[in-house]
Amino acid sequence: MQDSAVELARNAGQRLFHFHGGLHLRHHKQACCQVALQAVAIPPRLYIPLMQHAGPEATPLVTIGAHVLKGEPVGRFDEPSIGYVHAPTSGTVTAIARQAITHPAGLEGLCVVLKPDGLDRWIQLQPIEHWQSVDPELIRQRICESGIVGLGGAVFPTSKKVEEARKSAIHTLILNGAECEPYISCDEMLMREQPDKVVLGALILQRAVAAEQVIIAIEDQMGEVFSALQTAVSKAECTHIRLVKLRTIYPEGGEKQLIQVLTGLEIPAGCRPPELGLLCHNVATAAAVAEAVTEGKPLVQRVVTVTGNGVKRPRNLLALIGTPISNLVDACGGYTQDAARLVLGGPMMGYALASDQNPVIKAANCILVLSSRDIQPDQAEMPCIRCGECARVCPALLLPQTLNWQIRNDLLDDASDSGLGECIECGCCDYVCPSHIPLVEWFRFGKSEHHLLALERARSDLARDRFLAREARLEQLKQDRERRLSEKKHALQDRPTVESGTTGQGPA
Amino acid sequence: MSFAIFSIPLLGTACGLGLGWAARRLRAETDPIVNRIDRLLPQTQCGQCNFTGCRPYAEAIAAGQAELNQCPPGGEAGIRALANLLGREPLPLNPENGLEKPAAVAVIDELACIGCTLCIEACPVDAILGATKQMHTVIAAECTGCELCLPPCPVDCIVMEVPQPAMDRRRRPGPALAAGGP
Repeated sequence: MQDSAVELARNAGQRLFHFHGGLHLRHHKQACCQVALQAVAIPPRLYIPLMQHAGPEATPLVTIGAHVLKGEPVGRFDEPSIGYVHAPTSGTVTAIARQAITHPAGLEGLCVVLKPDGLDRWIQLQPIEHWQSVDPELIRQRICESGIVGLGGAVFPTSKKVEEARKSAIHTLILNGAECEPYISCDEMLMREQPDKVVLGALILQRAVAAEQVIIAIEDQMGEVFSALQTAVSKAECTHIRLVKLRTIYPEGGEKQLIQVLTGLEIPAGCRPPELGLLCHNVATAAAVAEAVTEGKPLVQRVVTVTGNGVKRPRNLLALIGTPISNLVDACGGYTQDAARLVLGGPMMGYALASDQNPVIKAANCILVLSSRDIQPDQAEMPCIRCGECARVCPALLLPQTLNWQIRNDLLDDASDSGLGECIECGCCDYVCPSHIPLVEWFRFGKSEHHLLALERARSDLARDRFLAREARLEQLKQDRERRLSEKKHALQDRPTVESGTTGQGPA
Repeated sequence: MSFAIFSIPLLGTACGLGLGWAARRLRAETDPIVNRIDRLLPQTQCGQCNFTGCRPYAEAIAAGQAELNQCPPGGEAGIRALANLLGREPLPLNPENGLEKPAAVAVIDELACIGCTLCIEACPVDAILGATKQMHTVIAAECTGCELCLPPCPVDCIVMEVPQPAMDRRRRPGPALAAGGP
């Protein structure tokens, strides 16, 4: 990346910019921000999915019948920089079974079923007391062992992000508190109730990547959050932490969009923010890092917003990973009579769940229960009229109508060339499409098909290489055999002359 | 007048030489059509197309000696991709070559295996591991599912199994499929 761009990135947050497109949406956040954060009671059974983020499942580390303590690892990922899945409370493992997990495609996955003993006993905690002076690598290792992932929704392993960032010189750490999607307020509540933890996490992450300054970006509609964070920052006595209030527009909480608002720079396709010297983390991730480092506690719980017209008392809850969603809804007074649809995530990016027995996962920021009056009647999809509204609102500067056409016609490579991979699935194009085309659904499908295609190609390339290697080997063997044969033949041809000499001498 | 007579042929010669040089030295490297066809074939090397491997089949297609619809592992999608590349009309799969089946891998019943090495010799991608009178096994990640190891086995201890795909390799239903629509 050019040095001038890195210089510009250094001034992040001094002046605010705009990104292309986006939507002004109604917030719907007041209802659940009025009550304090509350912990959900430990449910009778916890279902801990061994797949918490993209990539292969974790390997179970426990056997059925084993007693585990809170925070004990129950699954290990094969890739060393990803870490573990932990037991959210103490109890007995009753089963390790395949069952429906919280997944957009409604897939089944391996779950550790835990019967809590009610004591909630922690394992021996090992806080890092002097994190200000330890080796940053130790902090990264702790983040990895604690199973911390990006809690904004993308659940990318945090230690991997830190590891990659440390390879380039990071000057600015950005904490993303711009929770722009309607209804979701888990980060807002966290920043309001535990601002010290967020600021502490920011300082630890800053130490881990050796950044010069920290920017905490929040939205202008977040009310008390600003003053709470300001108090926390002044208490921590750091001069290099800056709070920035952004004008609310969806989807400004996207990593690339946030960076564009703060710096005016676009991250090129296929590049990551560290190339500009920037690193972005969610505020909840920072709070989890603070807990993992200063208290030694792995990530076993998260703040979940339970909201929508389908629940009686919308609020934010602190839930253990693996708690069935029905327990969360019960903690909010249960469903209203006209509850109609259960959505994980917000109304723009979330996906509908088939059952409320699905467990809370690390990615579960919001449980949205829509009532029958919120849901628009299913409108029949109509042909694209090429109005271009989708391209006008696309924050990633793509042409959704072109991508849609390419994916439907099985032109996945063309779609990939048109930037399918850059789509952040924000749903703006869907929202404005007058023909009610489920664009994002198609893009998600296209991405998954393209991923499978790439795997298939890698497999067939391997087969081709092995086939060619075998052909070459067989050819070599054949040539060797022929050479040996011809050598023997030559030897035989040489012999008769000797023999004829001897036979010639005989009669004489 | 003489100026025109000399200058036009001179100009023509200069341009011709320039273009001739450019055509030789600045030629755009294009991938031979055989390679492009070969990349679209599934590389199972199964021989169901009546050629000895995917590459010979690709060469035959390029030479116009084979139809597009002789590859059962590639299936309808493969035929569509080939037709798209070559600008021809897609044909239905020729049933004489076989039927489209879900991708499978060979699995050796290791208790029944007598260690004859016949399957090892048959495997086109060296995906079977073993030695004379030793147990054999299939490297699942490298097996193409060509079924060429089945006929030589004297004790019929090899079966084809459709593996359960890993979590990150499962197919997501498309929007139209999910909605049950067309």
